[in-house]
Amino acid sequence: MLFVFVSDCGRGSAQRGLVVAGSTSVQPFADHWAEVYMRENPGRVVNVQGGGSSAGIQAAREGAADIGMSSRELKPDEKDLLEVIVAWDGLAIIIHPRNPIEELSLEQVQNIFAGNINNWDILGGSGHLITVVTREEGSGTRGAFQEMVMKGSRVSRAAIVQDSNGTVREIVANDPNSIGYISLGLVNEKVKAVRFEGIEANFENIDQKKYRLIRPFLFVTKGPPKAAAQDFINFVLSRPTQEMVRHDGLIPVFKE
Amino acid sequence: MTRLERNEKLIRLALLLVAFSAVSTLVIITIFIFGEGTPVMFKYGLKKFLLSLDWFPLEKSYGLLPMIIGSLFVTAGALVIGVPFGLACAIVLTEFSSKRLRRILKPIIELLAGIPSVVYGFIGVIILVPFIRDRLGGPGLSVLAASIILGIMILPTIISISIDSLQAVPRSYREGSIALGATRWQTTRMVMFPAAKSGIIASIILGMGRAIGETMAVIMIAGNAAVIPRSLLDPVRTLTSNIALEMGYAAGEHREALFATGVILFIIIMVLNTIANLTSKRRIP
Repeated sequence: MLFVFVSDCGRGSAQRGLVVAGSTSVQPFADHWAEVYMRENPGRVVNVQGGGSSAGIQAAREGAADIGMSSRELKPDEKDLLEVIVAWDGLAIIIHPRNPIEELSLEQVQNIFAGNINNWDILGGSGHLITVVTREEGSGTRGAFQEMVMKGSRVSRAAIVQDSNGTVREIVANDPNSIGYISLGLVNEKVKAVRFEGIEANFENIDQKKYRLIRPFLFVTKGPPKAAAQDFINFVLSRPTQEMVRHDGLIPVFKE
Repeated sequence: MTRLERNEKLIRLALLLVAFSAVSTLVIITIFIFGEGTPVMFKYGLKKFLLSLDWFPLEKSYGLLPMIIGSLFVTAGALVIGVPFGLACAIVLTEFSSKRLRRILKPIIELLAGIPSVVYGFIGVIILVPFIRDRLGGPGLSVLAASIILGIMILPTIISISIDSLQAVPRSYREGSIALGATRWQTTRMVMFPAAKSGIIASIILGMGRAIGETMAVIMIAGNAAVIPRSLLDPVRTLTSNIALEMGYAAGEHREALFATGVILFIIIMVLNTIANLTSKRRIP
């Protein structure tokens, strides 16, 4: 795969090490896990690479990566691979902090993104046209948004398209009339996450299954993972790492 | 003698091999793009690819018309901004300024070409986009923003090639015109310009090629909505942005459709380059 970029694992080791490649949404977290794993297991090398969910899945299938990372569910024709959920990620609907809107219903969000509601005054806000910001087709985040929010309807094709969580956040932070969606862990003070269906987007509400916009982060392998890969997966699923997961802004897979 | 001859032959062979490797890269890229891109085009029909407005790759509709028109709009916009400024600059530097000033200014202008496109995009996002959004309305990420930034990006190409072709006009033309009593502007307009015409046209076409191929800066400031823009303030998606935006997550036919986008782009750029080569060949001796 041409699009898989090798990130510097900080060791420059001649050996290939364990290659973990895929989703750019999972990558920053996997980088962190790998860093801690390598510190705790001197001599082991984990190489985390980006490229996107599909690239990661393809790399796992072709053996270019030992583990593929995906931020979307596997498609039916990808189900021959083994998957394990390593964390959950919340999805937040974000607007500009100065926007007076605090809460949106599922139906309102649907209509905004489908282009049926195009002015904030319909929702009780300013009389400005809404700038809808979405992710590119094929993105795991967009796939999750489509499935959980849009369901059957389409995101308006007049929507601005950006290719990362960061750029969506940047546009929403700068444009008072815009609305977008990003990973909950990446929400910062420059944007405002609206209450969705009356529920505030936070970890407590996700734990209590009140906030419903969540998606899995997957590790994908072709067949049962090799010993080195299994060891890393076990490490990621272990309690200390999962506590770190929460600290990093994701939702751990273990249940109290 | 024979040893020298053999060395000569060896070096020629080595050079030929290296030269061929450069050419073969082009051949391999061409074969690869067409090999990956054309099957899906023929599967769904060329007409659907070129004329459909619907780009919903996950639902298997691959209409590239909004992107083709988007690329043409943005490129035309870049020319509207880049050509007048570029030509004016080239004329001033060749006809109305001292040699010393030209020697300082021309390298500075050429430095513009060395600034990475992501920097242009960044400046666009930070300065131009908010300006357009606040003063003119719309989301700011727009045809206008992309045109202005691309217009600036093609300036060095237009200016330096135009200067070269104006300077290539024989001195006697200018001297003859001035001797006949024409003013400097009349000389520039009626003698220098027509004489350098083919080079100037080539500079414009090369600038056009740069504009249509630019990706990074455009993704950052054009908004990338896959619709035909209805005004200068609407977002737009170009062919290059279409590929770069979606390649990370594209799989299967979606990925092939992105290669098909590359095929269309490839053809457009080949046509432009051919025109550029043909026009610049007809240069004044």
